[in-house]
Amino acid sequence: MRILKTLGLAALLATTSGLVHAQDLRIGLQEDPDVLDPDQSRTFVGRIVYASLCDKLVDITPDLEIIPMLATGWEWNADGTELTMTLREGVTFHDGEPFNAQAVAANIDRSQNFELSRRKSEVKSIESTEVIDDYTIKFNLSAPDATLIAQFADRSGMMLSPKATGEAGEAFGLNPVCAGPFKFKERIQQDRIVLEKFAEYYRADEINFDSVTFLPIPDTTVRLANLRAGDLHMLERLAATDMASAEADDGLMVEKATSLGYQGITINVANGPRAENPLGQNAAVRKALSLAIDRNALNQVVFEGAFATGNQPYSPTSPWYNADFPVPERDVEAAKALLAEAGFADGLTIEVQVANNPVQTQVMQVIQSMAGEAGITIELAAKEFATLLADQSAGEYTASQIGWSGRVDPDGNIHQFMTTGGGINDSKYSDPEMDRFLNEARLSTDPAVRKESYNAAIAKQQEDMPIVYLYHPVWLWALDSAVDGFTPYPDGMIRLHGVSVTE
Amino acid sequence: MLAFLARRVFIAIPTVILISLFVFSLQHLLPGDPILVMAGEERDPEVIAALREKYRLNDPIPVQYLAWAGNALQGDLGISLRTQQPVLELIAEKLPVTIQLAVMALAIAILIGIPAGVLSAYKKGTWIDWVANITALSGLSVPNFWLGIMLILLVSVKLGWLPASGYMPLSEDPLQSIRTMLMPAFVLGTAIAATLMRHTRSAMLSVLKSDYVRTARAKGLRESVVLIKHALRNALVPVVTVITLLFGELLAGAVLTEQIFTIPGFGKLVVDAVFNRDYAVVQAIVLCTGIAFILMNILADAAYRVLNPRMSEQ
Amino acid sequence: MTAVVDPEVAADPLPPRRRNRAWEKFRRSPSALLGGVIVLFFLIVALLAPILPVPGPTETDWSAVRKAPSIPHPFGTDEIGRDVLSRMIWGAQASLLAGVVSVLIAVLLGVPLGMLAGYLRGWTDAIISRFTEALLAAPFLILAIALAAFLGPSLTNAMIAIGLSAMPIFIRLSRAQTLTVMTEDYVESARAVGIGHLGMIGRYILPNIIPPIIVQATLTIATAIIAEASLSFLGLGQQPPAPSWGAMLNIAKNFLEQAPWMALYPGVAIFLVVLGFNLLGDGLRDALDPRDS
Repeated sequence: MRILKTLGLAALLATTSGLVHAQDLRIGLQEDPDVLDPDQSRTFVGRIVYASLCDKLVDITPDLEIIPMLATGWEWNADGTELTMTLREGVTFHDGEPFNAQAVAANIDRSQNFELSRRKSEVKSIESTEVIDDYTIKFNLSAPDATLIAQFADRSGMMLSPKATGEAGEAFGLNPVCAGPFKFKERIQQDRIVLEKFAEYYRADEINFDSVTFLPIPDTTVRLANLRAGDLHMLERLAATDMASAEADDGLMVEKATSLGYQGITINVANGPRAENPLGQNAAVRKALSLAIDRNALNQVVFEGAFATGNQPYSPTSPWYNADFPVPERDVEAAKALLAEAGFADGLTIEVQVANNPVQTQVMQVIQSMAGEAGITIELAAKEFATLLADQSAGEYTASQIGWSGRVDPDGNIHQFMTTGGGINDSKYSDPEMDRFLNEARLSTDPAVRKESYNAAIAKQQEDMPIVYLYHPVWLWALDSAVDGFTPYPDGMIRLHGVSVTE
Repeated sequence: MLAFLARRVFIAIPTVILISLFVFSLQHLLPGDPILVMAGEERDPEVIAALREKYRLNDPIPVQYLAWAGNALQGDLGISLRTQQPVLELIAEKLPVTIQLAVMALAIAILIGIPAGVLSAYKKGTWIDWVANITALSGLSVPNFWLGIMLILLVSVKLGWLPASGYMPLSEDPLQSIRTMLMPAFVLGTAIAATLMRHTRSAMLSVLKSDYVRTARAKGLRESVVLIKHALRNALVPVVTVITLLFGELLAGAVLTEQIFTIPGFGKLVVDAVFNRDYAVVQAIVLCTGIAFILMNILADAAYRVLNPRMSEQ
Repeated sequence: MTAVVDPEVAADPLPPRRRNRAWEKFRRSPSALLGGVIVLFFLIVALLAPILPVPGPTETDWSAVRKAPSIPHPFGTDEIGRDVLSRMIWGAQASLLAGVVSVLIAVLLGVPLGMLAGYLRGWTDAIISRFTEALLAAPFLILAIALAAFLGPSLTNAMIAIGLSAMPIFIRLSRAQTLTVMTEDYVESARAVGIGHLGMIGRYILPNIIPPIIVQATLTIATAIIAEASLSFLGLGQQPPAPSWGAMLNIAKNFLEQAPWMALYPGVAIFLVVLGFNLLGDGLRDALDPRDS
């Protein structure tokens, strides 16, 4: 009898050990997210929280293919001006409200018309929405817009409970109500954001945690120390310089994915009087600067080789990368020759502004020293980010070291920067051919057609070089080795479907 | 006493107005446009215009000031531009954290500073005095952010004894809460301990020279009784005053300490707000600390009068 | 920097005949001498930086990034392969400059204001005093951070920010000293004889407030150096590639595990130089203090 009991207990233990439902998954973030309203928010870390809180119409695969999420299918009309989506049935928001076509229409309306919406430009092409039936919605576009579907894979596609947005208005972010795997529990600014499992989630079986806690810990060393101490299960944006030591640690794993974004030097070519300098006026000088930079050494010195070198708005591993223009090797002689040809045989001095955070200033100091060897003396103007941005958009700069977080659709990484009058074209670069290539690329939904347009645009970009691209960050996650099933995505998000912790 | 307090509060009013003007104009003179950052990476002009309108940044600055001051008088300090939380709520959320840190730091400082000061005064001129003095000066001289970094390196990264960061509310898990706060409180406490030690020493020295200590000794009382019951009790009067005045120093020290140890308190709130150009938060915090500081000063004076009745006759 | 004026700084006025004893007293205090030696050492290092046999502070070496201390680099190298020792030596310039210049700003603005308040009293005093209190009420570092952010991050602006934030102490101190001096018998009799304002200030007030001001200034240099380091640590002081101890620590905190030497030495240097000024200030105070002999 006693033996039987013992055996039974052992069997029970055997089934329960192995996969234990961890009560709480703790994730270390690099910074504190801003307001938790997908229509209002702007930070990258905010999106990491949304990945567990707010499901979107569509999602992406790690290879950037668009896949169904809240929308189960979609169809374009022949001229690409109408998009019809069928929606998942039986989905409810965290407040019990049903998800349906009316809810989608209300969400698009809020993204477009809410006074404080930051999503306006992303859904601008939608002229009207038509509720066909409860689970079918049609978007009528003012012009073909191949980029729209990809917008639905991000904040514009996040579905918020229309009842909650109606009641809370602009205060929605204090208590967000979505349709994701976890619902909002509490937030203490700069300390933590706690989400708890949403029992009625339509894919609840893939979620293995009762709650998830996000802890903003800006200091990378401290973040890692907390992971090592077992206070965290995973952290995002491990410092590249900590990668080797994290990989060597038996208790930890490192996962990586090349980001969709880039870092570069934006050059003022026509934005006010500050553009009137050799760098702004002469493409040869810009090319010389690019040639003077040893991108591999930069990557080695600052990121221990963990990041990806680059020379285009897309990383060399992206399908949109133009292989005719590989990442250039450093060539000091060629740079000097270009300078001499342009009439600066004795070298020249330029000012580059940079955000005064340790990593970006380190990048610019390395470039400063490299460019110096080619006769380009760089004077660094370190500014706080808010000042840097204001100066850049006002044209109060010669060159500016800044990056872009990247978008799923190729349009997002280049159109607004290179077209005449583009929203973030702080170079004020303007070229009719470039405009044509980039606008045409928006019209077709056929990737092959689009690829041709982007190839042409990048060839033109390499010639005029209003932005000197430097490198593509690689997202690095460090995880406790007990964490299972984590998939790195190039958008840097943490998707918890299928993730578990074994003890 | 009441008349004294009333007079002091009345005098403080123009100071508070000055602070509010100062804080307000400083924020509006800060370079960099918070709206550009808030508008997000795309910086959609339409969004920028809407945000400016929304936060009334298009109004003339005097109009903005009056609107702000009017609301502040009614207890409405605005909302955080970054997270849209009401600022008052934010302050209420952060204040207990910093108070806990400050109280723990002060406790550590008193435990170290006062005995060291008494001992050093009592042993004036000996090597004990000299060592205590040098140690105190070292405590004053060490940059506390560096001390914090070094402690994280040693205690958390190398030895793994205490967590490197994080905060646990006292109400949830008191033991863990004190554990996480131990290192930061020590870092913050060192400079305060040194200041306290120096003040205690100097107060003790003058008390030890006084007539009643001499009388007490002459009466043949035990030295420890003389020291503690007669000397220290009197010496504590100015020391208590100093402790109230150290409030400002604790707050300023907390700014960096919280930054290093990622403690979600007042100091971290204000630094992040300055960097994010979160106007409403910076204004409210500086205003509140300013008022608190003035109140502490008035309290210190009042305490001094109560503890030292001779003063009130003047 | 504290609003609490050191109890022993605000000394009683110093009758002229006692002044020559000060040096004797200073010379006999071992800690004051130690402070003087430390300060002198850093001063010499800072001045000699250009001729000392070290690599340039911005000379980079890609093949030696974050290398531990060795013979060619006794203090190791930093995140982009620069010699830490060289950057510390040049950083001494930034720290000392910041300490001295910001205190000069505070003294040159604060002392005249304080004297004015104490001398003229009445409305002038009321206005200056309210202004001082308002400045004092904002915690020093928060004020300096806001000012430095407002002026834009640079060493010069950090010095201005620190100077302005330190000014109230000097206003208070010189006001209090002036008030005390004005009640002295010999000053009252001088006034009775009919000496003019300038004469009063030059002959009686200034000589009497200078000793405590010197003491306070020395101690304030110590706090100003820490303040500069703090601002640089937050990215609001010295800007790259120019070296400063605080800025070095700002970078170093990201490499604590891999390169602890980057964080160790600049911190030790700040500690030592601040200790030096504190010892010196204490020594000066004891030497200039007329109360005990």
